[in-house]
Amino acid sequence: MSSTEQDPVGGTGTETDWERVQASPEFVQLRHRLRTFVFPVSALFLLWYLLYVLLADYAHGFMSTKLFGNITVGLVFGLLQFVSTFVITGLYVRYANRKLDPVADKIRAEVEGETHR
Amino acid sequence: MTLAAGVEGSNSTLNIIIFLVFVAITLVIVFRASRNTKTASDYYAAGRAFTGPQNGIAISGDYLSAASFLGIAGAIAINGYDGFLYSIGFLVAWLVALLLVAELLRNTGKFTMGDVLAFRMKQRPVRAAAAISTLAVSFFYLLAQMAGAGGLVNLLLGIDSNLGQDLVIAVVGIIMIMYVLIGGMKGTTWVQIIKAGLLIVGAFAMTLWVLGKYGFNLSHLFQAAVDKGGKAGEALLGPGKQYGKTGTTKLDFLSLGIALVLGTAGLPHVLMRFYTVPTARDARKSVVWAIVLIGVFYLFTLVLGYGAGALVGPEKIAKAPGTTNSAAPLLALELGGPVLLGFISAVAFATILAVVAGLTITASASFAHDVYANVIKRGKTSADSEVRVARITALVIGAVAILGGILAKEQNVAFLVALAFAVAASANLPTLLYSLFWKRFNTQGALWSIYGGLIVTIVLIVFSPAVSGKPVDVKTGKSASMIQGVDFHWFPLDNPGLVSIPIAFVLGWLGTILSKEHNAKKYAEMEVRSLTGAGSEKA
Repeated sequence: MSSTEQDPVGGTGTETDWERVQASPEFVQLRHRLRTFVFPVSALFLLWYLLYVLLADYAHGFMSTKLFGNITVGLVFGLLQFVSTFVITGLYVRYANRKLDPVADKIRAEVEGETHR
Repeated sequence: MTLAAGVEGSNSTLNIIIFLVFVAITLVIVFRASRNTKTASDYYAAGRAFTGPQNGIAISGDYLSAASFLGIAGAIAINGYDGFLYSIGFLVAWLVALLLVAELLRNTGKFTMGDVLAFRMKQRPVRAAAAISTLAVSFFYLLAQMAGAGGLVNLLLGIDSNLGQDLVIAVVGIIMIMYVLIGGMKGTTWVQIIKAGLLIVGAFAMTLWVLGKYGFNLSHLFQAAVDKGGKAGEALLGPGKQYGKTGTTKLDFLSLGIALVLGTAGLPHVLMRFYTVPTARDARKSVVWAIVLIGVFYLFTLVLGYGAGALVGPEKIAKAPGTTNSAAPLLALELGGPVLLGFISAVAFATILAVVAGLTITASASFAHDVYANVIKRGKTSADSEVRVARITALVIGAVAILGGILAKEQNVAFLVALAFAVAASANLPTLLYSLFWKRFNTQGALWSIYGGLIVTIVLIVFSPAVSGKPVDVKTGKSASMIQGVDFHWFPLDNPGLVSIPIAFVLGWLGTILSKEHNAKKYAEMEVRSLTGAGSEKA
C-alpha cells in the first residue's frame, strides 16, 4: 500500500529513470527557479515577522506611539504584516503560474508519456 | 466551579435549537457524502475531488478553532494589542505552507505526513516515528478542544451541573464520531466548509455592526475601548499588557511567536487536507483561499475584540463564566440580543465539532496507513482492511476525546494548544523541510529530528511553569499551573519553541551526517515527483 512500493506511474512496467530526469537541464532549471524564489522570500518574511515580534516584545514605547487619532505605530506594523502576507501570496502565485508551471508540466508530460508508451 | 447560569440574558433553549439545526443539516450532507465513500482514497482524501476554493474554505474551517475565534477576540478585549499579536503569527505561518510545503507534499504523498517523510527512507522506522508525532500533536490539540467544550457548555447553555456538562461533551463527541465514520474525509470537509461559512459571515456581520456604531472610524472605536477600560484603558492600544511584565515573559512571547509561525505547516491535520484536491496547483489555490479567509477573519476579530472591550467592558467579561472566552458571545448579545447570541453559540459548538472531526480522521488515517498497513503488515494488506482499521481507530480516538474532555474540563489546559504547535514546529517541520529540500538527508537524520524534537518539547513542557510552580493567585487561591501544590519546574518558559526548534534542526543535521546511508535513486524520484507532479496520486 505504501506509495513507494508500487510502480508510481501507471504500472505499465517501464521504469522511469528518475536520475536522468533529475539531471536534465530542464529539471535543473525548474529547481533553480523554485529555489531562487522560495528560499529568499521565506527568509525575508520570517525576518520581517521576527522584527515585528521583537519590536512588539521589547520596544513598547515606540510601538505605542500614536501616529494619528488612536492609531499607533504597533497597529500599523501589525496591519503591514497582513499586507506583506497578502502581497507575497499574490507574487508567488504569479511567479508559479508563469515560471514554474509550464516547465513542470512539460517535464511531467515527458515522464508520464515515456512510461505509458 | 462557577454557578452562574450561563451568560446573562442568554436563552439556552434557543441556543440549543440553533445548534441542533446545524447538526441536522450537516448530518444529512454527511449521509449523502457517504454514498460515494468506497475506496481508501475516498475515505482518507475525499477521492481527491474537492476544488482549490472548497478546500481553502475547509482549511480555514479546520484552522479557526474555538481558541482562535473566542480566544483571540477575548484576549484583545482584555489585553488589547497583545491579543492581536497571536493572530499575526497564526496568519504569517501560512506563507511557510504556501512556499515550502503544500504543493510538494501533495505531489509526493498519498494520505499522510508519513508518506512524505518515509518516501526515500527506510519505511518502517520513519513511518512509525511520523505516526507517533502525528498522534501526539493530534492528541494534544484534541484534548484542548474537548476541554474547551466543557467550559463552553457552561458559558452558552447555562448547564452548570457536572453530570449535565459531561452529557453534553459525550453528545458532542458522538456526533463527531458519526461525521467521521459515516462521511469520512468528504463528510468532514463539508462540515468544515459549512462551519467556516457561518463563522465568517457571522463575524463579518458583527464587525460591520460594531464599526457602524462608531461611524466606521477605527480610532473612535479604540477611544471607546480605552474609555471603558478605565485606568488600564490606555495600555490597550500598545503591546506589553500581557507579555511585557518581566524579561521571562518577554522571552516567553518570543518563543511562542516562533512556534506559531513554524508550527502551522507541520500540523498533520492541516497537511492531510492538501491530499483532498486533484493536483498541486489546486493545493496552491487552497492555501491562497485559506490565507485570504483567515487573514480577513483575523481583521474581523480585531474589531470584535475592541468592540467587546468598548460595548461590554473588560470588567463584565472578566466576571462572566469562561472569562475571556465570553467576550465574543457577550458582544453578540449586546448587539443582536438572544438570537445573535444563539447563532454565535451554535457556531462555537460547530467549530469544536469540525476541528475535532478533522483531528480524528487525521490521527486514525496515520495509525491505519502508517502503523497498521506499513509497519505491522509491511505494506501487504488490502485497502478495505486498512479503512476498516481506520474506522475502528476513529472510534477509539472518539472515546478518548470524550473521556479526555470530561476529565480535563476543570483543568487548566490552555498550554495544550501551544504544546501542539511546539511539537509540530519542532518534530514535524524540520523533518519535512530536510526531507523535501536536503539531498543528503537520511533515515537516521529523520528519526533524530522527529524523536528529538518530540522528546525535547514534551520534557521542557513537563518541567515548565505551565505544569507546575506558578505562584498562587491571592484572589482565587489557585496557582495558574496545571498541577497545584507542587513545584518541580526548572525550565523558565511556558513555551519551549525557542529551545526545542533549533535543537530539532541540529539533531536532524547531526543524525544525517553521522550515517552513511543515502538513497540517490529514491531522492531523484522524490525530487522530480515533488516539483513536477509526475506520477502523483490521481483524483
